[in-house]
Amino acid sequence: MIQIENLAKKFDNHTAIDDLSLHIRRGEAFGLLGPNGAGKTTLIRILSMLTKPTSGNVMINGWNLSAAEEKIKSIIGVVPQSYNLDVDLTAWENIELHGRLHHVPQNVRRKKIREMLSFVDLQERASDKVASFSGGMKRRLMIARALLHEPEILYLDEPTVGLDPQVRRKLWDLIRLMNNNGLTVILTTHYIEEAENLCQRVAFMDKGILIACDSPNALCATMGKFVVEWTADDFVTKQQYFSERVQAANFSTSLPNAAVIRRVNLEDVFVELTGRKVGMP
Amino acid sequence: MIYDICTIFWRDWLVLRRRMFRFILSRMITPILYLVAFGWGRGRMFAGGDGNYLDFIVPGIIALNSMNISFNAVGSPLNISRLFYKTFDEYLIAPISPVAFVLGKVLAGLVKGLLSSIVMIGVALIFKANIVVNFWFVLVIIMNCIIFAAIAVVAALKMNSHEDMNNCNTYILLPMSFLCGTFFAAEELPTALRWFIELLPLTHTSLLLRSIASTGYVSIYSVSILLLYIIGALLLAVKTVIDCKE
Repeated sequence: MIQIENLAKKFDNHTAIDDLSLHIRRGEAFGLLGPNGAGKTTLIRILSMLTKPTSGNVMINGWNLSAAEEKIKSIIGVVPQSYNLDVDLTAWENIELHGRLHHVPQNVRRKKIREMLSFVDLQERASDKVASFSGGMKRRLMIARALLHEPEILYLDEPTVGLDPQVRRKLWDLIRLMNNNGLTVILTTHYIEEAENLCQRVAFMDKGILIACDSPNALCATMGKFVVEWTADDFVTKQQYFSERVQAANFSTSLPNAAVIRRVNLEDVFVELTGRKVGMP
Repeated sequence: MIYDICTIFWRDWLVLRRRMFRFILSRMITPILYLVAFGWGRGRMFAGGDGNYLDFIVPGIIALNSMNISFNAVGSPLNISRLFYKTFDEYLIAPISPVAFVLGKVLAGLVKGLLSSIVMIGVALIFKANIVVNFWFVLVIIMNCIIFAAIAVVAALKMNSHEDMNNCNTYILLPMSFLCGTFFAAEELPTALRWFIELLPLTHTSLLLRSIASTGYVSIYSVSILLLYIIGALLLAVKTVIDCKE
């Protein structure tokens, strides 16, 4: 569905994306993970045609990004990180504006707006100005807006950042539902559990470079199944990986300090690959 | 294309319709103050060609008022939507052409500029100004609004802070408001400054509105200058939208 080859984006004094190649399949839920400044948002902005790449080639649905802008725009939906709703308009008007901009015919548009507002459980607030909405409501409305013209690909840039855990889980359900309906979902996140819960494959990015790409299980399996984590005498947290729980348990009993045994997660993989935590700059 | 222009305009019209009363009321303040200060209070003490000073400055005030309204009605909201609310991105990722976006925004600026001009003319008539409003008079106001609404699109997309946007008002619109033949004839300025002032569109708008309001004369030269400005400003606005991608 999306074929990225040797993509690079350089700003005046730094490289946001460096020689990135990636293939995202149709119908896949794909996660881009990395710390702030890793280049995730820049990649989404390039795929949304808001930012021009410095070099490289991007094909979406077989169309070249630079040659078929309007065709590509009609098959993508974008939910950016910032709440970019029009605060002077109501929820209905925000979606209607989107429908008009994407040439959804009037008779279809009214029906679709009702459906989408119902889908994100905002039908009761259709006539309210969005300035009065909470963060979770705004995010749901942005998803409804992005889906109105029935895109084949949905970009979600940090969809749950700043939301409380209950709202986050509701949004996860919504994203899963959309993906199950055949939508290709590409999301950026620095919440490890979000990627583990939602994505069939994830790509780790760090300082603009793609450092790993595979399914969460396959990435975790490269480290082992279990990790023993303890705080050493110099107050530095240390980890040791094991393929069997028994081995991990035996090792932990040999440690002078208290230790935790748990399953390996994507954060462990990222730390091992980069020496940094995902949420750290 | 027409559908997309209507969509861009529709959004601004929705917001304007809700605020129509406030919009008209606020647009009455500046012209009333100008008319009271320069026309009513001191008016008959100054000579401004034939007739009284009130009749002289009313076309000038209509020109500067339509310039300010069409510029600010487009510029400030667009600049805020780009820098603060990020709603401008919604237009950039939509399958519409930059030409449609610019024309839709210019149309919105034109409607607001025309509305405020109607208010201004109404206030001037209450002040007993003698002006003739005909087809050419309205056409010149329309041309002036188009020029400054298009320039506003350029400024809104080029300025990277609200302060810079305000500086456009302070360093460009405000001097033009006073110097471009609005409150006094440009011939009274030093030669070099006059030559520069006569290059600016507002000077030609003021001259045209004044001559049409008093004698009905339409200078084809000034109309041509305004037409050139329209073409240049629209082309520049479209190019600025295209260049908006980082």
